[in-house]
Amino acid sequence: MKLKQLEGLLGSLEQFYNPKIELEQYPTGSHIASRMLYTAENSFGDVTNKVVADFGCGCGTLGIAAALLGAQHVVGLDIDAESLEIASENADELELDMEFVQCDIRNLRWEGQIIDTVVMNPPFGTRRKGADMDFLCVALKVASEAVYSLHKTTTREHVRRTALRDCHASSAEVLCELRYDVPHLYKFHKKKEVDIAVDLWRFVPKKNQ
Amino acid sequence: MRLLTHNMLSSNIKGVTNGFPLRIEVEKVVEKSVDFNPDFLKNMLAKIEYKALVEASRIMGYAELPDHAEPSMLESDDFLRKFHHALMELHLEEGTLVCPQTGRKFPVNKGVPNMLLHEDEV
Repeated sequence: MKLKQLEGLLGSLEQFYNPKIELEQYPTGSHIASRMLYTAENSFGDVTNKVVADFGCGCGTLGIAAALLGAQHVVGLDIDAESLEIASENADELELDMEFVQCDIRNLRWEGQIIDTVVMNPPFGTRRKGADMDFLCVALKVASEAVYSLHKTTTREHVRRTALRDCHASSAEVLCELRYDVPHLYKFHKKKEVDIAVDLWRFVPKKNQ
Repeated sequence: MRLLTHNMLSSNIKGVTNGFPLRIEVEKVVEKSVDFNPDFLKNMLAKIEYKALVEASRIMGYAELPDHAEPSMLESDDFLRKFHHALMELHLEEGTLVCPQTGRKFPVNKGVPNMLLHEDEV
Protein backbone atom coordinates (compact mmCIF):
# COMPACT_ATOMS: atom_id res chain seq x y z
CA MET A 1 0.00 0.00 0.00
CA LYS A 2 1.31 3.42 -0.91
CA LEU A 3 1.78 6.08 1.75
CA LYS A 4 -0.75 8.42 0.15
CA GLN A 5 -3.36 5.68 0.05
CA LEU A 6 -2.75 4.80 3.70
CA GLU A 7 -3.00 8.46 4.67
CA GLY A 8 -6.27 8.79 2.76
CA LEU A 9 -7.86 5.80 4.45
CA LEU A 10 -6.81 6.96 7.90
CA GLY A 11 -8.21 10.41 7.16
CA SER A 12 -11.66 8.89 6.68
CA LEU A 13 -11.87 7.50 10.22
CA GLU A 14 -14.32 8.77 12.83
CA GLN A 15 -12.76 10.63 15.73
CA PHE A 16 -13.77 11.45 19.31
CA TYR A 17 -17.30 12.93 19.56
CA ASN A 18 -16.86 14.04 23.14
CA PRO A 19 -13.15 14.11 23.88
CA LYS A 20 -12.26 13.83 27.55
CA ILE A 21 -9.59 16.33 28.48
CA GLU A 22 -8.49 14.46 31.61
CA LEU A 23 -7.45 11.57 29.39
CA GLU A 24 -5.76 13.94 26.92
CA GLN A 25 -7.85 12.58 24.07
CA TYR A 26 -6.55 14.01 20.82
CA PRO A 27 -6.89 12.32 17.46
CA THR A 28 -3.65 11.18 15.86
CA GLY A 29 -3.79 12.88 12.46
CA SER A 30 -3.57 10.78 9.33
CA HIS A 31 -0.38 12.56 8.27
CA ILE A 32 1.54 11.49 11.38
CA ALA A 33 -0.10 8.08 11.76
CA SER A 34 0.60 7.05 8.18
CA ARG A 35 4.23 8.13 8.34
CA MET A 36 4.77 6.45 11.67
CA LEU A 37 3.55 3.03 10.56
CA TYR A 38 4.98 3.30 7.07
CA THR A 39 8.43 3.95 8.54
CA ALA A 40 8.04 1.14 11.06
CA GLU A 41 7.38 -1.30 8.27
CA ASN A 42 9.57 -0.04 5.43
CA SER A 43 12.65 0.84 7.45
CA PHE A 44 12.43 -1.81 10.13
CA GLY A 45 9.99 -4.55 9.14
CA ASP A 46 8.11 -4.19 12.43
CA VAL A 47 4.53 -4.37 11.15
CA THR A 48 3.67 -6.83 8.37
CA ASN A 49 2.91 -10.33 9.73
CA LYS A 50 3.67 -9.16 13.25
CA VAL A 51 1.62 -8.94 16.44
CA VAL A 52 1.10 -5.24 17.14
CA ALA A 53 -0.41 -3.49 20.15
CA ASP A 54 -1.71 0.11 20.07
CA PHE A 55 -1.46 1.55 23.59
CA GLY A 56 -4.04 4.23 24.37
CA CYS A 57 -5.59 3.49 20.99
CA GLY A 58 -8.40 6.05 21.28
CA CYS A 59 -10.33 5.84 18.02
CA GLY A 60 -7.93 3.22 16.73
CA THR A 61 -5.93 5.20 14.15
CA LEU A 62 -2.50 3.66 14.74
CA GLY A 63 -3.77 0.10 15.16
CA ILE A 64 -5.82 0.43 12.01
CA ALA A 65 -2.79 1.70 10.14
CA ALA A 66 -0.91 -1.40 11.34
CA ALA A 67 -3.73 -3.65 10.14
CA LEU A 68 -3.79 -1.90 6.76
CA LEU A 69 -0.06 -2.58 6.42
CA GLY A 70 -0.59 -6.28 7.00
CA ALA A 71 0.00 -6.83 10.72
CA GLN A 72 -1.24 -10.34 11.47
CA HIS A 73 -2.85 -9.52 14.79
CA VAL A 74 -3.55 -6.06 16.18
CA VAL A 75 -4.80 -5.26 19.69
CA GLY A 76 -5.92 -1.78 20.71
CA LEU A 77 -5.91 -0.93 24.40
CA ASP A 78 -7.72 2.00 25.97
CA ILE A 79 -9.28 2.93 29.28
CA ASP A 80 -12.31 4.62 27.72
CA ALA A 81 -15.30 2.57 26.56
CA GLU A 82 -16.62 5.27 24.23
CA SER A 83 -13.36 5.48 22.32
CA LEU A 84 -13.24 1.71 21.97
CA GLU A 85 -16.77 1.82 20.48
CA ILE A 86 -15.61 4.32 17.87
CA ALA A 87 -12.44 2.33 17.23
CA SER A 88 -14.48 -0.86 16.69
CA GLU A 89 -16.72 0.93 14.21
CA ASN A 90 -13.72 2.33 12.39
CA ALA A 91 -12.18 -1.12 12.08
CA ASP A 92 -15.50 -2.57 10.86
CA GLU A 93 -15.91 0.23 8.30
CA LEU A 94 -12.61 -0.77 6.73
CA GLU A 95 -13.41 -4.48 7.14
CA LEU A 96 -10.37 -4.96 9.34
CA ASP A 97 -9.96 -7.53 12.02
CA MET A 98 -8.74 -5.70 15.10
CA GLU A 99 -9.05 -6.69 18.75
CA PHE A 100 -9.69 -4.34 21.64
CA VAL A 101 -9.17 -4.55 25.37
CA GLN A 102 -10.45 -2.03 27.89
CA CYS A 103 -7.87 -1.54 30.62
CA ASP A 104 -5.65 0.92 32.49
CA ILE A 105 -2.12 0.74 31.06
CA ARG A 106 -0.67 1.30 34.52
CA ASN A 107 -1.95 -2.02 35.81
CA LEU A 108 -1.75 -4.06 32.66
CA ARG A 109 -0.44 -7.55 33.20
CA TRP A 110 0.54 -9.20 29.98
CA GLU A 111 1.67 -12.78 29.74
CA GLY A 112 4.51 -13.97 27.54
CA GLN A 113 6.39 -12.37 24.67
CA ILE A 114 3.74 -12.57 22.01
CA ILE A 115 3.59 -8.88 21.14
CA ASP A 116 6.30 -7.88 18.67
CA THR A 117 5.67 -4.16 18.30
CA VAL A 118 3.93 -1.49 20.33
CA VAL A 119 2.78 1.66 18.57
CA MET A 120 1.41 4.59 20.50
CA ASN A 121 0.56 8.25 20.69
CA PRO A 122 0.53 8.46 24.50
CA PRO A 123 -0.84 11.28 26.62
CA PHE A 124 1.88 13.91 26.85
CA GLY A 125 1.49 14.29 30.60
CA THR A 126 -0.14 17.71 30.52
CA ARG A 127 -3.05 16.54 32.73
CA ARG A 128 -1.50 13.70 34.68
CA LYS A 129 2.20 14.30 35.12
CA GLY A 130 4.40 11.46 33.99
CA ALA A 131 1.66 9.77 31.98
CA ASP A 132 3.87 9.67 28.89
CA MET A 133 6.64 7.82 30.67
CA ASP A 134 4.19 5.43 32.38
CA PHE A 135 3.06 4.41 28.92
CA LEU A 136 6.62 4.06 27.68
CA CYS A 137 7.74 1.89 30.57
CA VAL A 138 4.85 -0.53 30.15
CA ALA A 139 5.34 -0.60 26.39
CA LEU A 140 9.00 -1.57 26.81
CA LYS A 141 8.01 -4.42 29.13
CA VAL A 142 5.43 -5.75 26.71
CA ALA A 143 7.07 -5.38 23.29
CA SER A 144 9.60 -7.99 22.29
CA GLU A 145 11.01 -6.10 19.28
CA ALA A 146 10.24 -2.39 19.18
CA VAL A 147 8.20 0.50 20.52
CA TYR A 148 7.17 3.44 18.32
CA SER A 149 6.01 6.48 20.20
CA LEU A 150 5.37 10.22 19.88
CA HIS A 151 6.67 12.70 22.43
CA LYS A 152 6.98 16.46 22.43
CA THR A 153 10.32 17.59 21.01
CA THR A 154 10.77 19.83 24.05
CA THR A 155 10.96 16.68 26.21
CA ARG A 156 13.54 14.93 24.04
CA GLU A 157 16.40 14.66 26.53
CA HIS A 158 14.08 13.73 29.38
CA VAL A 159 12.50 10.97 27.29
CA ARG A 160 15.86 9.58 26.23
CA ARG A 161 17.23 9.58 29.75
CA THR A 162 14.16 8.02 31.31
CA ALA A 163 13.83 5.38 28.61
CA LEU A 164 17.43 4.21 28.90
CA ARG A 165 17.80 4.55 32.65
CA ASP A 166 14.38 3.63 34.06
CA CYS A 167 12.40 1.82 31.41
CA HIS A 168 14.89 -0.79 30.27
CA ALA A 169 15.34 0.41 26.74
CA SER A 170 18.47 -0.90 25.10
CA SER A 171 18.26 1.90 22.54
CA ALA A 172 16.28 5.07 21.95
CA GLU A 173 16.34 6.78 18.58
CA VAL A 174 14.50 9.82 17.26
CA LEU A 175 13.52 8.79 13.74
CA CYS A 176 12.22 12.20 12.74
CA GLU A 177 10.58 15.35 13.95
CA LEU A 178 6.99 15.92 12.88
CA ARG A 179 4.45 18.70 13.23
CA TYR A 180 1.37 17.61 15.12
CA ASP A 181 -1.48 19.92 14.29
CA VAL A 182 -3.76 19.92 17.27
CA PRO A 183 -7.24 21.13 16.34
CA HIS A 184 -9.33 23.34 18.62
CA LEU A 185 -10.96 20.58 20.64
CA TYR A 186 -11.35 21.90 24.12
CA LYS A 187 -12.82 25.09 25.58
CA PHE A 188 -9.49 26.15 27.02
CA HIS A 189 -7.88 26.12 23.58
CA LYS A 190 -7.39 29.75 22.61
CA LYS A 191 -6.18 29.39 19.06
CA LYS A 192 -8.02 27.75 16.20
CA GLU A 193 -5.30 25.20 15.89
CA VAL A 194 -1.73 24.87 16.95
CA ASP A 195 1.34 23.09 15.64
CA ILE A 196 3.36 21.13 18.15
CA ALA A 197 6.78 19.76 17.32
CA VAL A 198 6.83 16.05 18.16
CA ASP A 199 9.52 13.43 17.87
CA LEU A 200 8.81 10.02 16.42
CA TRP A 201 10.84 7.64 18.56
CA ARG A 202 11.86 4.04 18.11
CA PHE A 203 12.83 2.23 21.30
CA VAL A 204 14.19 -1.29 21.52
CA PRO A 205 13.56 -3.19 24.76
CA LYS A 206 16.33 -5.03 26.61
CA LYS A 207 15.81 -8.73 26.06
CA ASN A 208 15.35 -11.28 28.80
CA GLN A 209 13.98 -9.07 31.52
CA MET B 1 -11.70 -11.55 21.58
CA ARG B 2 -9.81 -14.31 19.88
CA LEU B 3 -7.83 -16.90 21.76
CA LEU B 4 -4.50 -15.40 20.76
CA THR B 5 -5.48 -12.35 22.80
CA HIS B 6 -6.78 -14.54 25.64
CA ASN B 7 -3.35 -16.21 25.68
CA MET B 8 -1.78 -12.86 26.58
CA LEU B 9 -4.24 -11.64 29.21
CA SER B 10 -3.60 -12.16 32.89
CA SER B 11 -5.54 -11.13 35.97
CA ASN B 12 -4.09 -7.79 37.05
CA ILE B 13 -5.58 -7.61 40.55
CA LYS B 14 -3.13 -6.54 43.24
CA GLY B 15 -1.52 -9.45 45.01
CA VAL B 16 -2.53 -12.07 42.50
CA THR B 17 0.38 -14.33 41.61
CA ASN B 18 -1.55 -16.97 39.75
CA GLY B 19 -3.62 -14.93 37.34
CA PHE B 20 -3.11 -16.87 34.13
CA PRO B 21 -4.90 -18.21 32.25
CA LEU B 22 -8.23 -16.52 32.80
CA ARG B 23 -11.04 -19.04 32.88
CA ILE B 24 -13.60 -18.50 30.13
CA GLU B 25 -17.37 -18.52 30.66
CA VAL B 26 -19.09 -18.53 27.29
CA GLU B 27 -22.30 -16.79 26.38
CA LYS B 28 -21.72 -16.29 22.67
CA VAL B 29 -19.00 -17.52 20.34
CA VAL B 30 -18.55 -16.13 16.83
CA GLU B 31 -16.33 -17.62 14.14
CA LYS B 32 -14.52 -15.19 11.84
CA SER B 33 -12.47 -16.40 8.96
CA VAL B 34 -8.82 -15.32 8.82
CA ASP B 35 -6.31 -15.98 6.04
CA PHE B 36 -4.16 -19.00 6.79
CA ASN B 37 -0.56 -17.94 7.42
CA PRO B 38 1.63 -21.00 8.19
CA ASP B 39 4.82 -19.02 8.87
CA PHE B 40 3.05 -16.88 11.43
CA LEU B 41 1.54 -19.96 13.06
CA LYS B 42 4.87 -21.74 13.33
CA ASN B 43 6.30 -18.67 15.00
CA MET B 44 3.36 -18.50 17.41
CA LEU B 45 3.48 -22.10 18.54
CA ALA B 46 6.77 -21.45 20.29
CA LYS B 47 5.49 -18.30 21.97
CA ILE B 48 2.04 -19.17 23.24
CA GLU B 49 0.93 -21.23 26.22
CA TYR B 50 -0.37 -24.20 24.30
CA LYS B 51 -2.17 -25.84 27.22
CA ALA B 52 -4.15 -22.67 27.90
CA LEU B 53 -5.14 -22.54 24.22
CA VAL B 54 -6.35 -26.14 24.20
CA GLU B 55 -8.46 -25.64 27.33
CA ALA B 56 -9.89 -22.38 26.06
CA SER B 57 -10.77 -23.77 22.63
CA ARG B 58 -12.59 -26.70 24.21
CA ILE B 59 -14.67 -24.38 26.36
CA MET B 60 -15.48 -22.43 23.21
CA GLY B 61 -16.80 -25.63 21.64
CA TYR B 62 -13.83 -26.70 19.49
CA ALA B 63 -12.36 -30.04 20.48
CA GLU B 64 -10.03 -30.80 17.58
CA LEU B 65 -6.72 -29.61 19.03
CA PRO B 66 -4.49 -32.39 20.38
CA ASP B 67 -3.61 -32.20 24.08
CA HIS B 68 0.09 -31.72 23.43
CA ALA B 69 2.01 -30.13 20.59
CA GLU B 70 5.39 -31.29 19.35
CA PRO B 71 7.48 -29.12 17.00
CA SER B 72 7.26 -31.94 14.42
CA MET B 73 3.51 -31.38 14.21
CA LEU B 74 4.24 -28.07 12.49
CA GLU B 75 4.95 -30.11 9.36
CA SER B 76 1.39 -31.33 9.34
CA ASP B 77 -1.01 -29.17 7.38
CA ASP B 78 -3.88 -30.77 9.26
CA PHE B 79 -2.50 -29.71 12.64
CA LEU B 80 -1.66 -26.22 11.40
CA ARG B 81 -5.20 -25.68 10.18
CA LYS B 82 -6.67 -26.78 13.51
CA PHE B 83 -4.19 -24.61 15.35
CA HIS B 84 -5.09 -21.70 13.06
CA HIS B 85 -8.78 -22.17 13.67
CA ALA B 86 -8.44 -22.31 17.44
CA LEU B 87 -5.95 -19.46 17.77
CA MET B 88 -7.29 -17.00 15.22
CA GLU B 89 -10.87 -17.76 14.20
CA LEU B 90 -12.79 -18.41 17.41
CA HIS B 91 -14.05 -15.26 19.08
CA LEU B 92 -15.62 -14.85 22.48
CA GLU B 93 -18.24 -12.24 21.63
CA GLU B 94 -20.12 -12.28 24.95
CA GLY B 95 -19.05 -13.92 28.17
CA THR B 96 -16.77 -13.58 31.16
CA LEU B 97 -13.09 -14.04 31.97
CA VAL B 98 -12.57 -15.28 35.51
CA CYS B 99 -9.46 -14.75 37.62
CA PRO B 100 -8.25 -18.24 38.54
CA GLN B 101 -7.03 -17.10 41.93
CA THR B 102 -9.78 -14.79 43.19
CA GLY B 103 -12.80 -15.74 41.07
CA ARG B 104 -13.26 -12.09 40.09
CA LYS B 105 -15.19 -11.78 36.85
CA PHE B 106 -14.11 -9.56 33.96
CA PRO B 107 -16.95 -9.09 31.47
CA VAL B 108 -16.55 -9.48 27.72
CA ASN B 109 -19.06 -7.50 25.64
CA LYS B 110 -19.09 -7.22 21.84
CA GLY B 111 -15.78 -9.04 21.88
CA VAL B 112 -14.07 -6.50 24.16
CA PRO B 113 -12.85 -7.65 27.58
CA ASN B 114 -13.11 -5.04 30.33
CA MET B 115 -10.05 -5.41 32.56
CA LEU B 116 -10.60 -2.19 34.52
CA LEU B 117 -10.06 -2.71 38.23
CA HIS B 118 -12.00 -1.27 41.16
CA GLU B 119 -10.08 1.00 43.53
CA ASP B 120 -9.49 -1.67 46.12
CA GLU B 121 -8.02 -4.07 43.59
CA VAL B 122 -5.23 -1.81 42.42
